[in-house]
Amino acid sequence: MAVVESSTKVVLGGTRGGPDVSTLRKDRWWLQPVITTSVLTAFVIYSTWAAFQNKNYYVGAIFHRDLVSPFYSPCLAASCPTGSTAGFILHGWALSPALIILIFPLGFRLTCYYYRRSYYRAFWWSPPACAVADSHASYSGETRFPLIMQNAHRYFFYAGLVFNTLLTYDAIRAFHQPGLGWGVTVGTVVLSVNAVLLWLYSLSCHACRHLCGGGSNSFAAHPLRYRFWKFLTPLNAKHMNFAWSSLVFVALTDVYVRLVASGALTDFKLF
Amino acid sequence: MTDVTMRIWRGDSTGGDFQDYPMTPNEGEVVLDVIHRIQATAAPDLACRWNCKAGKCGSCSAEINGKPGLMCMTRMQDLPGGTVTVTPMKAFPIIRDLVTDVSFNYAMAEKVPAFLPPPMPEGGYRMFQQDVERGQEFRKCIECFMCQDVCHVIRDHEENKAHYAGPRFFIRYAELEMHPLDTNDRRELVREVMGLGYCNITKCCTEVCPEHIHITDNAIIPLKERVVDADYDPIAWLGRKILRRTKRSATEAAVQPAP
Repeated sequence: MAVVESSTKVVLGGTRGGPDVSTLRKDRWWLQPVITTSVLTAFVIYSTWAAFQNKNYYVGAIFHRDLVSPFYSPCLAASCPTGSTAGFILHGWALSPALIILIFPLGFRLTCYYYRRSYYRAFWWSPPACAVADSHASYSGETRFPLIMQNAHRYFFYAGLVFNTLLTYDAIRAFHQPGLGWGVTVGTVVLSVNAVLLWLYSLSCHACRHLCGGGSNSFAAHPLRYRFWKFLTPLNAKHMNFAWSSLVFVALTDVYVRLVASGALTDFKLF
Repeated sequence: MTDVTMRIWRGDSTGGDFQDYPMTPNEGEVVLDVIHRIQATAAPDLACRWNCKAGKCGSCSAEINGKPGLMCMTRMQDLPGGTVTVTPMKAFPIIRDLVTDVSFNYAMAEKVPAFLPPPMPEGGYRMFQQDVERGQEFRKCIECFMCQDVCHVIRDHEENKAHYAGPRFFIRYAELEMHPLDTNDRRELVREVMGLGYCNITKCCTEVCPEHIHITDNAIIPLKERVVDADYDPIAWLGRKILRRTKRSATEAAVQPAP
């Protein structure tokens, strides 16, 4: 659809210079896609396995602990052990309680601008690296279904904030050890670090930066939004770091809770 | 420094091939220095575009060892030894040797609806420093067009040039959209006509920018979020209905203001 008539027309075609090869790069451009593919695949396999386990996700009063895996929080199924539930029970759900909630953090990461960059490169090869030919005959980007749904990112961000709040509550609750009083264990540290990393990942999100102040055309007219934007901008620059560290740590948190709940590991009290 | 073989693309629209030029770079030389020495010695008819030799004019864009770079800012000592390949920018039609026809960019530049301020208030226009600083980053662009060259949307899919402005012009649209004194609304224009949705934010434009402009984080993603406000966010849509705000259609936004 041409709406502007400019005197210089866009001319398509013409002979391009250089050899007809996919790339002339000599560096190890393939390394980044390989690492991304490996880590994301490992996470997907582990989280799928963990979500279907439906056991060992809660360390309760029997161990004098109150630790719940982030993959299962909030625990909404009737099968959830006493102490792990969030007050609201979804009656009639017979599958693993993780399957009720994981769509939200999964959707948040799937539509995240940073992860999009990573998986478009690593899995779709669109392109695999800069100045390396992409592997598709035609390309429509995010203009059509299903990729147009990436525009729902901010709604997954809102859901992510709810989950962060609940996981923060879990972390605070973990400081209380049933029968022993309050104290700090390795488990409380693990849950706390996990909550902090998830908050940093969410707050550094591009949609958050836009909603808090970036959408304004005049910072002078909106000083409070400007202060939010100014605070979030340096965090946003580290979004990649928070994306990876929170992804790895949330899996490690589940591993830790799982090991303690199964009795394979003791949750040591620090003080 | 050790000897290198400069493997340079020689040719025009009828075809071409690599030609090798053995050279001994001097300490501190950049690729453009070596190209000039080849012109002065082995190949006086070697065509390349250059002007300032200081990374500020954006003329000497090429692809060095397969990656877009300014020849005047790429030091020979930073490149791996052996063979250094120099080719013209791949996304644009070749004119000769390392010179390409970048008129696609001029056509897209003409399509950007110009700044549209409100009528001059008494005492003149005023802008605050924090608003000035935001747009200033985008003004650093030297129009080397390497971001356009590396963008796979047009680099690997020529047909998309008909409906895709490219990263260089998305920073221009972003600058205008964020301007506190601009009264136009280009969100529908960048979505419908300029192909913002084609960008899949792989950030190659940011990686090659010699001015280190955060093209993706500070221009393209904010533009995408503004398009979400306009088209994909039901809460924003409801807010517009309640507050009786309208958005400007692509056709309305594309009208150039009278000079």
